[in-house]
Amino acid sequence: MASLLTLSDSEEVRLAETATRIREHVVEMLLAAGSGHSAGPLGMADVFTALYFSILNIDPADPWKPDRDRVVLSNGHICPVWYATLAERGYFPVSLLPTLRQLGSPLQGHTHIRSAPGVENTSGPLGQGLSQGVGMALAASLDGAGWRTHVLLSDAEHQEGQIWEAAMFAGKHRLHNLTAWVDRNNIQIDGYTEDVMPLEPLRAKYEAFNWYVIEIDGHNFKAIVDAARHAEAIYERPTVVICHTIPGRGVDFMERDYRWHGVPPDREQARRAVQELRSLRGRIASEAE
Amino acid sequence: MIVTEAHLVEGLFERELPSKAPRDGFGDGLVVLGERNPDVVVLTGDLADSTRVSAFRDRFPDRFFQVGVAEQNMMGIAAGLAICGKIPFCSSYATFSPGRNWDQLRVSVCYSEANVKVAGAHAGLSVGPDGATHQALEDIAITRVLPNMTVVVPCDYHQTLKATIALAEHRGPAYFRFGRERTPIFTTPETPFELGRAQVLRHGSDLTIVACGPLVLEALKAARTLAAEGIEARVLNCHTIKPLDVEALVAAARETGALVTVEEHQIHGGLGSAVAEALALHHPAPMEMVAMPDSFGESGRAEELLEKWGLTAPAIVERARRVLRRR
Repeated sequence: MASLLTLSDSEEVRLAETATRIREHVVEMLLAAGSGHSAGPLGMADVFTALYFSILNIDPADPWKPDRDRVVLSNGHICPVWYATLAERGYFPVSLLPTLRQLGSPLQGHTHIRSAPGVENTSGPLGQGLSQGVGMALAASLDGAGWRTHVLLSDAEHQEGQIWEAAMFAGKHRLHNLTAWVDRNNIQIDGYTEDVMPLEPLRAKYEAFNWYVIEIDGHNFKAIVDAARHAEAIYERPTVVICHTIPGRGVDFMERDYRWHGVPPDREQARRAVQELRSLRGRIASEAE
Repeated sequence: MIVTEAHLVEGLFERELPSKAPRDGFGDGLVVLGERNPDVVVLTGDLADSTRVSAFRDRFPDRFFQVGVAEQNMMGIAAGLAICGKIPFCSSYATFSPGRNWDQLRVSVCYSEANVKVAGAHAGLSVGPDGATHQALEDIAITRVLPNMTVVVPCDYHQTLKATIALAEHRGPAYFRFGRERTPIFTTPETPFELGRAQVLRHGSDLTIVACGPLVLEALKAARTLAAEGIEARVLNCHTIKPLDVEALVAAARETGALVTVEEHQIHGGLGSAVAEALALHHPAPMEMVAMPDSFGESGRAEELLEKWGLTAPAIVERARRVLRRR
């Protein structure tokens, strides 16, 4: 795709560094929590970084300002990456991150609306987020408000019927102020999506439901930012961005292995993962100089 | 003796009462709300006419959303609208909503404290010929167990209208249910209605009949029969099942010493269970329950079904005698 509003190279480097730092947080949070999901949060770190550091109209100092863009996470189990991104962006202190999943922490194991600044929805049971996002987009239309709703979904949760109920509704109402981001990482708890319950052809399914479909490499910042701008220019339909990602991205022994879907690293694995991510961050910085 | 302040219709037992379907109270209440509050929006799952939201649709088309036969999505969209400041009413049959979208009600609405109002039409056995699949007899149980929830069962047309308006003004998730059939109108526009406050309709000190929904009228009829035998029954219209008016129930248990609960719902988990839970904790007293006896319904005319399954004034009288023997 030709770039509509291309990121500068220096902005791209800054995003890559930030995303790597967010991945380090994710690994450390999961180690501290002793439970949680590894592959999805690492795989979506680049999309979250691009959203919060480049795409969204937001203000961490005024997290609930009425005209902010809304973010709805539908697959709540990848919330460590949301929390880490919000902390890096300044919504709350990074020091809160290790409290994930602990008694009294605002950082619940699956998200709870407004438990912490920037957490816009409740999610856990799969398949509910797109409907929530549709409701928000409708509310914006009713109010004539210009903000946009971004819903982040997993690929396997498209096995839930509710997603297609919501997709049908959004297509009917031509909700052009709604962008869905699908983490197409091809894994779920019990294995590879195409073995458990095939989703392909996913693009054709969305097109059949009257959505505008963009497919990107979910680790390419320019592609992510371009897709967001492209979606804003589509007035006839809602847009879905199918983000091809590598589950466990950035940690070589986790990448592409579905067994990392729902488990955290142990101490030694976390040490290796953080070491790998730190050296990656160093390389990104030195290559930019 | 009927409570004067309840402003029930005059000549309650001396004439045939006018009747109207409670769902019309819902539909008329929505139109009032539509005029009054621009934040009120309405969603339906392909049941605009039979849940009576079509009048709102015609008056306020921009605030009406037809979601098709997709109750899970309807509940989720309502949550999103509520999170952004709207006051959505979701209308469907009670068997489908909250029957089919309970997880969405639990997570997207109740846990999120989203200000969504769920209207369950065609509730109870009196749905009649459609049969057991469409007779919601478990909806009170599955909604009242949810934290943050308010659950209301209005007794006739006027009370359904008032409940619709009161729930829009109340902030928080709510479920209310009403039947399909025309039922006698025995309250009046002047009859007070306050969420969470059970309403004494008849004074009495020998026992208390606690009822909800259209069967409240059967409770009043039963009390009249008992009075002829020298038994004075208090009648409590417990229209709000959650939050339960524990104070009124404890007063009833203390002052009358025995209770009969009456509802068009399974015997497990509904009004009777709620009352039993409260009294077991605060003021135990002998209780009998008039309810569906852990069974599914069947096709038939409403009055035939109520008769067959014992949801009538004579059945209430029989339970009243029984509970008095246990006192």
